[in-house]
Amino acid sequence: MDKPEVKPQRDAMGTRVAEEIEDLLRAAFAPTRLEVINDSAKHSGHSGDDGSGESHFTIVIESAAFVGVSRLERQRMVNRSLGDIPGQRVHALAIKASTPD
Amino acid sequence: MSDTNQRISDIVGSNDVVLFMKGTPLFPQCGFSSRAIAILDHCGVAYEGIDVLQDMEIRQGIKAFSDWPTIPQLYVKGEFIGGSDIMMEMFEAGELQELMTEKEVAKAS
Repeated sequence: MDKPEVKPQRDAMGTRVAEEIEDLLRAAFAPTRLEVINDSAKHSGHSGDDGSGESHFTIVIESAAFVGVSRLERQRMVNRSLGDIPGQRVHALAIKASTPD
Repeated sequence: MSDTNQRISDIVGSNDVVLFMKGTPLFPQCGFSSRAIAILDHCGVAYEGIDVLQDMEIRQGIKAFSDWPTIPQLYVKGEFIGGSDIMMEMFEAGELQELMTEKEVAKAS
């Protein structure tokens, strides 16, 4: 009999999409701080909740790549690096992009 | 320019402050649109809310038009300002209010 597959999880809210986001951001920006927080449970049952438990994320990222870049362009850079995740595979990404002091 | 782009261009050109949103200012259908409305109300400016849920062309077209993947989206005097995160950051820093004053945006009546 097959054992149930155990997926590696960082913590109780660790998810595959969160890991994918983290990997893409690390590769693109070599961040000095990075948190990808799954907020999906807070939005459960709301119109953007697709039942996947992976619909809403907050990204906190600090990188020297954002020095001299406007808020608008920082978010565009982050969104671009994530391909089809923002707005398609994930309903909502809150992005807090800052620079090292 | 496609018809949709032309329509969007007309909308942002003919209103000082435009929020592309899900739902209406009275009945926002998404937490982020709701937050954007609250911020604009706090700024005390008159604005036009465009419900993208009622118009699939605009819902898709606005993403390419602004080079921005999500809704809501704020335009002030034809300039794309950002989504709800940027609105909140600017509001908390007092920058959104300054922008509205600088651009001589009409107050809400």
